[in-house]
Amino acid sequence: MKAYEIVTEPIDPQKYADYVLRPEAGAVTLFTGHVREWTKGVRTLYLAYEAYVPMAEKTLRQIGEEMEAKWPGTRASIAHRIGELAIGEIAVVIAVSSPHRKDAYEANEYAIERIKELVPIWKKEIWEDGTEWIGDQRKKPDVPAADSGANE
Amino acid sequence: MITIFYFAGLREAAGVPQEQAELDGRTVGELLEWIGGKYPHLPLDAVRVAVNEEYALPEDVLRQGDTAALIPPVSGG
Repeated sequence: MKAYEIVTEPIDPQKYADYVLRPEAGAVTLFTGHVREWTKGVRTLYLAYEAYVPMAEKTLRQIGEEMEAKWPGTRASIAHRIGELAIGEIAVVIAVSSPHRKDAYEANEYAIERIKELVPIWKKEIWEDGTEWIGDQRKKPDVPAADSGANE
Repeated sequence: MITIFYFAGLREAAGVPQEQAELDGRTVGELLEWIGGKYPHLPLDAVRVAVNEEYALPEDVLRQGDTAALIPPVSGG
């Protein structure tokens, strides 16, 4: 495995937790984002993710460097899966270790927010009666979040 | 010659995943105008361009051999 990678096979989150664990770390946060079946009353059958793979891995690594700069002493590892994913499967895993737990929690949440704004990965929802490429899902002022089928 | 990549909904709307074009010496902004002229139906408003896998500015100049990727709003996670 690479510390920051795009994968096509099912994700084993333990690999990424093991990668960040080290003697100085008193805390590991492990976030897994999963394919959700129901979003605002619409049933998703499955999701298809596509990525610009070399740039996606580069930007994941950049996010890791940002985290290590903002929360010194943390170590991170991130993987995102592409291709067709069934309901409940893991789309993304973020593992962060730090000497104390607060940094690991904060840095982990920072990573998912940055992924949603920066990393060239796209999600297509497949429903019973159609499909749609999902655009920007980040929360904006005065506009309800365009929530959709994966984590959160 | 530069190589242009299309992803996700843009790939489906353009009908091709990539193509080559003689846009050496032109800016990223001019690249978007060229694409908008060739594919008037492409939604380019919120599109960012990455040159050689780095987000680029409209005034950045393209060089021979560059790869320019059109990045529609991302939805990872």
